[in-house]
Amino acid sequence: MEIVGSRGKSSVSSAGDAFTDIQLYRSAPELEVRLEDFELYAVHRLRVLKGISDGLSRGKKPNEMEDLVNELWEVNMKRSEASEFVNKDIISHFVLRLVYCREEELRKWFLSMETTLFRYRFQRESPEAQRALLAEFNLPYKAVSSAEYESVKDKLKQAARSSGQSVPSADTIFYKVPFEQVPDLVASRRVFILKGYAYVAMNQVVSLLMTQYRSNLSKALVLTNRKWTSMIREQEKDRLTPIVEALSTSYLGPDYSQPIECADISLKDIDQVAKSSFPLCMRHLFEKLREDHHLKHGGRMQLGLFLKGVGLKLDDALAFWKAEFSRKVGAERFDKEYAYSIRHNYGKEGKRTDYTPYSCQKIISSTPGVGDHHGCPYRHFSEENLRAALNKMGVGNRAVEDVMDKVRSRHYQLACTLTFEAVHGASCDAGINHPNQYYIDSQKILESRKNSKGN
Amino acid sequence: MVREEVDNMVEDMVIDGVGTEQKPSSEFPEGFNANYLKIYYGKLFPFADMHKWMSYGNDGKHPGCDQSYFGRREFSFTLDNDIYLRFQSFNNVAELENAIKEKCPFKIDIGPVYSVDPAKRHAYAQSGDNIFTPVERELIFDIDISDYDDVRFCCSGADVCSECWPLMTVAIKVIDTALRDDFGFNHILWVYSGRRGVHCWVCDGKARRLNNEQRAAITEYLHVHKGNENSLKKVTLAGRSLHPFLGRSYAEVLKDFFEEKYILSQNLFSDEERYEKILEMIPDESISSELRGKWLDNKRSRDDINVVRWGQLKHLLQSGKQKVQGIHRSVEEIVFSFTYPRLDLEVSKHMNHLLKAPFCVHPKTGRVCVPIDPKHCEEFDPSAVPTLSKLLKELNMGALGTGGEEELENTLLGKSIRYFRSSFLQPLLKSCKEEIESSYAAKIQQSKNSLSW
Repeated sequence: MEIVGSRGKSSVSSAGDAFTDIQLYRSAPELEVRLEDFELYAVHRLRVLKGISDGLSRGKKPNEMEDLVNELWEVNMKRSEASEFVNKDIISHFVLRLVYCREEELRKWFLSMETTLFRYRFQRESPEAQRALLAEFNLPYKAVSSAEYESVKDKLKQAARSSGQSVPSADTIFYKVPFEQVPDLVASRRVFILKGYAYVAMNQVVSLLMTQYRSNLSKALVLTNRKWTSMIREQEKDRLTPIVEALSTSYLGPDYSQPIECADISLKDIDQVAKSSFPLCMRHLFEKLREDHHLKHGGRMQLGLFLKGVGLKLDDALAFWKAEFSRKVGAERFDKEYAYSIRHNYGKEGKRTDYTPYSCQKIISSTPGVGDHHGCPYRHFSEENLRAALNKMGVGNRAVEDVMDKVRSRHYQLACTLTFEAVHGASCDAGINHPNQYYIDSQKILESRKNSKGN
Repeated sequence: MVREEVDNMVEDMVIDGVGTEQKPSSEFPEGFNANYLKIYYGKLFPFADMHKWMSYGNDGKHPGCDQSYFGRREFSFTLDNDIYLRFQSFNNVAELENAIKEKCPFKIDIGPVYSVDPAKRHAYAQSGDNIFTPVERELIFDIDISDYDDVRFCCSGADVCSECWPLMTVAIKVIDTALRDDFGFNHILWVYSGRRGVHCWVCDGKARRLNNEQRAAITEYLHVHKGNENSLKKVTLAGRSLHPFLGRSYAEVLKDFFEEKYILSQNLFSDEERYEKILEMIPDESISSELRGKWLDNKRSRDDINVVRWGQLKHLLQSGKQKVQGIHRSVEEIVFSFTYPRLDLEVSKHMNHLLKAPFCVHPKTGRVCVPIDPKHCEEFDPSAVPTLSKLLKELNMGALGTGGEEELENTLLGKSIRYFRSSFLQPLLKSCKEEIESSYAAKIQQSKNSLSW
């Protein structure tokens, strides 16, 4: 791809396959791109990816996601000329590869959002277009013969019924693929698996393609990163490099890995602050810890990293956890078995990564098991327990009903936002995306009230 | 080992024996100490078998063998003063044996095979890029009876008895069948964890090379309990039928175990507190209160009360006149809640998790972590497992002469060693050899092709 000054014009690429606009982005296009478009297109695509990320973290269902992705795509990417549209798609994708290739965390986010985008775009295509794309991937799998279909058809029907899919008939095409190729279908038990092979129905083929798409893109990102660090960054240091670097930071939002400025909390305040400003997930963990003097691994991670983000210093964190755990397992065992992982969270042990507090998305998608208290209460509590917990937080009956409404429609973060608003008597327009954001917003409100009283 | 020391130990053990007769449950704590362990490592621990296993055929002479393979495996030792040594690695069986004999670890854990020798990881860390990374690891499972505390009433925590151990037997049957029939794995080793659970090692080449996402997918496939401490119902089976895997597990293992054994041994329906837990899982209030009413008057009957009440519950739930949605799976949901295997998910999902090596001795019980044959797992009795003190007693009786390889088979450990060798190690090494040869042949073929260009 060649980037030219603002007087250049983008040339038209061949429109590709007649069936579909979906690109596999196999190689960077031979295109001239105006510098303004370079940045503008990237920003537009980022809006799409960010919108997808928000949708996922709100727990949207697949059909809702499909509508959302379609809308985001239409609004941000559509151009009047079909060829311009294809170009914009390709250019923005390759620019964002540059932006997101440079760190593991960025790569992971980009991979996951681009793969999701691919998935929902694919699903909207016609069967002919889908088959054409399937062929383009050049996968070595053959359709299951009718004799083989007969021998397993009962199981195939059973698997389809168990996951609420349409029951297959003799003309449904199945592909027999190694189960490793369709991890998402395996994880959710949406396929029948026999002796290492998953029977993937034509309407599930998107999972197979996602795996391929993702792995191709993942490899490409690693290569791009090498090129970036060895050549492009230096060559383009006056032109593209500043744009690329600005793009990656402006849109991911804060990760709360650094404690908020001058807002360290001390141990003596922690109980009070937990009551006033912790979101329910953290409050619950905090109370359970005080009650049981113990939390299992998932709970220690979720609460520990949150407290770090809130501004609890390592020494205080050690003292805090020790005070509780030593009552259950003794101080000596605490020092031996648990202190390490707390220092680890603060980047003082092991590979010395300064770990970031968990976001709502991560917490909502966790799977707490027996004996676990972590996770998102709005998602993982039973209705009775959630109601009781909300009452304890001082959420009024009307508000509880509103919260439960959101929970039933699986808008867990909106439920948390409503709780925030009910507890603080103030609105929270941005919505809750991160437990540490809940904390900061809460502190801001309390602080401003204190100040206005003082005046 | 000085002769005198061994003699002293015989005396110690006589004392242990007396203790056992008086209070059988406390046989073990005295049965474990560092000196016993030293002898165990010196005479009994199967170093050669462990090395063979962990080499996966790469210790052979074939040009396709990767001679660095064993040396890139992480071992970690927990010493008696709780010092934890991670990232130990050994180039051959002699190094492994010497280190273990010298350090006498209370626990040996096995980690993944890394891209480079884990002992030298710091040297590679300098280069910035993430060169030091796990590349192979058995697919492992850890099932722990203490995760069943809400459904067993005979024991809690680390305790286990003949009433609740069958839950582990059920877990082995369900998981083992799925790993073989569904996922097509063949080389699976089940091991008693020494105290309260079982470990599973899936050793097929394709299992060792799974990435984290694929491991997570298998784990989720096998994972049914979604409830936590804050929800009443731990298992929800949606959909118009059970997935073939769950249906098979239910029909072949769980249902009979629950109805014929578990409700009786745990008295699930004779005790109000216990049956309340079950009634809470029924989503239709009217049914649960109808049953509650029936069960209040303690009518005597010739049949066992647990069987009678379970029959009543099933009859009401399955009579077909139920209107509330989701009720038709209630019976299965109850059975799954009580008996379906509960995995420690995190252990299985990531390549870099450590797991205790087979044939370690559990420091709290003195029991050896012996393999369990999944074909005969009902017969496994954790209290009959060879213990360190019994093994040493036998040793002192003179069962072992020079401590040769074959002689191991004549000790109390013999049955376990024989099973390990003939049912697990030999077939595994055979398929490793084939795999090495065929991938070498393919490589040669490939380079020939590229030469011809």
